[in-house]
Amino acid sequence: MIAEQYLPVLMLIGLALGLGGMFTLLAIMLGPKRPTDVKRMPFESGMPTEGSGFRRYHVRFYLVAMIFLIFDVEVIFLYPWAVQFRNLGLFGFGELMVFLAVLVLGLVYAWKKGALEWE
Amino acid sequence: MEVFFYLFAVLATVGAVSVLLIRSPVYCALALVGTFFCLAAIYVLLSSEFVAAVQLLVYAGAIMVLFLFVIMLLNLKSDQPFALKFSIPKIIGLAVTVGILAQLIGVLNSPAAKVGPSGEYTIERVSAEGATEVVGRLLFTEYVLPFEIISILLLVAVIGAVVLAKRYVASGEEESG
Amino acid sequence: MMEFLLIPWVQAVLKIVVFVLMFVMMLGTVLTLMERKWMSAVQDRIGPNRANLGNFRGHGLLHLAADGLKSIFKEDTIPEGADRLLFTIAPFFAFVSVIVIWAVIPFAGPIGDFKFQIADINTGLLFIFAITSLGVYGAVLGGWSSNSKYALLGAARATSQMLSYEVFLGLSLIGIFMVYGSLQVGTIVEQQNTYWFGDLIPKWGIFTQPVAFVIFFTAMLAETKRLPFDAPEGESEIIAGYFLEYSGMRYAAFMLAEYIAIVGLAALTTTLFLGGYHVPWLHADGFHFLGGHLPLSPWLVAVLQLGSFVTKVIFFCWLTIMIRWTVPRFRFDQIMDLGWKRMLPICLGNIVVTAIVLLIYDWSTAAG
Repeated sequence: MIAEQYLPVLMLIGLALGLGGMFTLLAIMLGPKRPTDVKRMPFESGMPTEGSGFRRYHVRFYLVAMIFLIFDVEVIFLYPWAVQFRNLGLFGFGELMVFLAVLVLGLVYAWKKGALEWE
Repeated sequence: MEVFFYLFAVLATVGAVSVLLIRSPVYCALALVGTFFCLAAIYVLLSSEFVAAVQLLVYAGAIMVLFLFVIMLLNLKSDQPFALKFSIPKIIGLAVTVGILAQLIGVLNSPAAKVGPSGEYTIERVSAEGATEVVGRLLFTEYVLPFEIISILLLVAVIGAVVLAKRYVASGEEESG
Repeated sequence: MMEFLLIPWVQAVLKIVVFVLMFVMMLGTVLTLMERKWMSAVQDRIGPNRANLGNFRGHGLLHLAADGLKSIFKEDTIPEGADRLLFTIAPFFAFVSVIVIWAVIPFAGPIGDFKFQIADINTGLLFIFAITSLGVYGAVLGGWSSNSKYALLGAARATSQMLSYEVFLGLSLIGIFMVYGSLQVGTIVEQQNTYWFGDLIPKWGIFTQPVAFVIFFTAMLAETKRLPFDAPEGESEIIAGYFLEYSGMRYAAFMLAEYIAIVGLAALTTTLFLGGYHVPWLHADGFHFLGGHLPLSPWLVAVLQLGSFVTKVIFFCWLTIMIRWTVPRFRFDQIMDLGWKRMLPICLGNIVVTAIVLLIYDWSTAAG
């Protein structure tokens, strides 16, 4: 059974959650609680906090996230290819070159349009 | 192992239902992450490791992060508590849902659903060769054309993302970052 | 009487206790002190040495206990307007992503049926990276739930950076998978103990994939947000970034997770590029070098391999910390430029070159 091999992974996830729980419980149970208005103020370099902490952000953050998504999917297709590469030989190499060429086209387009510029 | 199946199936369902019932978009997104995680666990129970890993990597690790990112940075907050209000679209939706549910029950009870596992790639064969290896071999021999078409799809996605985002950059809204 | 030790899940629990709790957690905790000690050495200072029990100071070792106790009894504050539930669960995500890596890391070669590895799963690294990619949620949720401008900015930067470098991390590994033909960590490590030119040079990842090694290590630094990639939490710019509002034990949770992440970074680099636990020329039955053979008992081999693994891991921990105290912080736009405009083309080029070289190599070995 393949699934049994993953039991330790589940245990480790449990351990990690347990650790998180332990730290949080220690904080809640043993840490003193004497909140004052000033203490509860979100930090703003010592100035009185102005307005809410939420604000809209520049669109480039989303652009990075979207380009990441596309290349992440690309990488996932490369994993099975990499594993089988030595069995596929020249044919597999040709297949991937076509795949990569189209993607590099996308990269060049994004680059030329300035989507990779941060400023 | 059946215990785990029921555990993850129930958790996945709870997560999916919470996505519908919770009003706060952030919590909705997190509930969906939970559902995706449980689905990945169910794929592992079905001995389909590669699909499980990809499910986590793409859905939980990439798409939902993008969702959450957008929700958070646009500050989409909803303070309205969940309220059960009936409107005509909701009633139609309910009817369609009940219809699909009836159909599902019908399909699961039909003799075709009781054949059990069949086909060339049995669990034994996949675990002997390795899930990733099987996917790789099939994807790059029998299914080459779909694979190459995917690259075109990804190209379209890149262009779409750039075109959409660049329009907003050009309009020059003042934002921090 | 000892038969219960053969039950798989009992073994798994024992391995987790020994490897993760006793080795990884300990090393992570000690690193918090070692970082300050090494930093003071770089800056020509003595470093922390004040905590004492009577006359015993132990060169600052007691600071570990002192720091822990102090965090426990610090006030636990949650800022006004924060989302309390998300604020509480964010550290959990940080822990999950750094601890699950250890499932696939082998600590020494197998003895008979017993593996010094918690789970040698077939999709190995792919699966582990899938779960580590959830680490982004720790930063996103922690930053967003704090209701603080600095924290939100830190979260936005952390997310952009971690997502971007995840791509280059994955791409740099493709070369390794091509060379060793597997995603399974056990197989990759085993293959690194084969040799070129008879017995001479081990096929370690650093020799078969030098470019991938540089990219992998750099991307791992960026993933763990270590300097020079710490724009998301730069103390002098945005205080501490996404965990700015955390205090007491919750803050300690984030810090401990970061140090465990350094150990994980070191272990992954060791496993994939430095032959894992292998000592050069040491096989399961002893040393083989230039035709000579020195037989050793399996247990001695395992001990040597454990020692070699721990040494390499500590070396990379040290290297990571030294990089922090040597290189200044990059600006955020420099980080993004380095990633998308330099590393991405190099990664793709590396894959193509690796493919051509492997084709020629396989063809020439097949031809004669």
